[in-house]
Amino acid sequence: MVMGLAAGTGCASSDGSSQLTVFAAASLVEPFSVIEESFEAAHPGVDVVMVHAGSADLAAQIIEGAPADVFAAADEAQMAVIGEHAAAPPAVFATNTLTIVVPRGNPAAVGSIESLGDPSVVSVVCAPQVPCGASSARLAALAGVALVPSSEETSVTGVLSKVAEGHADAGLVYVTDVARRTGVEAVATEHADEVVNAYPIAALTGSDQPDLSAGFVDYVLTTGQEALDAYGFGTVQR
Amino acid sequence: MTVAMMPRWMMPLAVAAGALVALPLAATALRIDWSRLPELAASPSALDALGLSLRTAAVATALCVALGVPLGFALATWRSRAKPAVRALVLAPLVLPPVVGGLALLYAFGRRGLVGASLHAAGVELAFTTVAVVLAQTFVALPFMVLAVESAVSARGGHHEALAATLGASRSVTLWRVTVPALRPALITGTVLAFARALGEFGATLTFAGSLPGVTRTLPLEIYLQREADADAAVALAAVLVVVAVTVVALAYRPVVRRAS
Repeated sequence: MVMGLAAGTGCASSDGSSQLTVFAAASLVEPFSVIEESFEAAHPGVDVVMVHAGSADLAAQIIEGAPADVFAAADEAQMAVIGEHAAAPPAVFATNTLTIVVPRGNPAAVGSIESLGDPSVVSVVCAPQVPCGASSARLAALAGVALVPSSEETSVTGVLSKVAEGHADAGLVYVTDVARRTGVEAVATEHADEVVNAYPIAALTGSDQPDLSAGFVDYVLTTGQEALDAYGFGTVQR
Repeated sequence: MTVAMMPRWMMPLAVAAGALVALPLAATALRIDWSRLPELAASPSALDALGLSLRTAAVATALCVALGVPLGFALATWRSRAKPAVRALVLAPLVLPPVVGGLALLYAFGRRGLVGASLHAAGVELAFTTVAVVLAQTFVALPFMVLAVESAVSARGGHHEALAATLGASRSVTLWRVTVPALRPALITGTVLAFARALGEFGATLTFAGSLPGVTRTLPLEIYLQREADADAAVALAAVLVVVAVTVVALAYRPVVRRAS
């Protein structure tokens, strides 16, 4: 919050340089840092400031008037939360799917999503109230498995760290999360490609540089796709 | 008992301090959707979480009294050059970000932890259980008790105790008949602070104990989760938590206030 406030104060300054504040979901840190660099290289004088946090936090801050130019959310529900603060209809710029994650070496020999319905396997998933949990519930329903988690985490990061540190035998996270974390591996997951999570992006009405904001959104939807692909996100055809 | 005189210049600062705390609380109260409050606060998930919070915080507070009071005494009466270092160590949970506290508990009591690995081998699992919630709460709340007792014991001379000893009282009798009554305000302060801290505990619980309805999902965890889906519900539950905490504090502090007046 403090970062966002401090970052948003210096927009078009007297020396012709300008600052673009992008609120982006925590799962986008790596691809967006690549996009930040290449966008700045393509737009001399523009300083892109990335503020990463959970989409719900970011959406709440935008509603409370945080000075952001662009919002990239991890799911469409959180984008819907900001409603009229979006300057144009949000566009989907990336997709993500779920996978079973296990500690490296797979100590509990988890072979399929059936294992997450086995009480002898310590599993953790996201709570149904958060986006990754809603997707997990859909996936379990498709696979016909009743999940018996030891914990329903409030974020995908919580699931990932409990698996990575070996406190849980298995969990459900996004494909891109597995690549970001050492000490874990993915297990092939049936029906995962049927539960697709879409990431929407929109320029915000609060921006006092609407052209630059719209330009950044456009950039993510075109040139930026390569960086998203490199980090395991599903890309969109334009 | 005479009350200390307060210089007039302190008054605006005291008012500012009060406002700093009261303003955010008042702002929160204004956001509450009062028409939905009874329904939100009495939902099964909220009642589950509140019940779990009260039970775990009560046990954690009892542990803080049982363990923190002796440690406070030990620190106050111990004469050693290592004392500042030991005190700093004991107070570390006050400074540690709670999430790091949770990680530390996992490193100690988790399945692959220092102690936890042996417990796991013996078939005892702490992580993801209600016991883990109590451990996390005790870990973060204990310093309040230790600090309250240590400073109160240090501030007292051993005069009355020495007198009791000359009259033939044993150390334990002196403790119960002389020291504990004299320390009563500090014990109450420590207990209230420890309970409040345990009740509000969030980060260490989430990291160490996880979040499962009825087992490890205390009210602060339920509030955090609700906020993702329904901010109004989160604010309503937070109001419940504040009311419970304020009620407990008011009840516990009452006897001391009466004595002082």
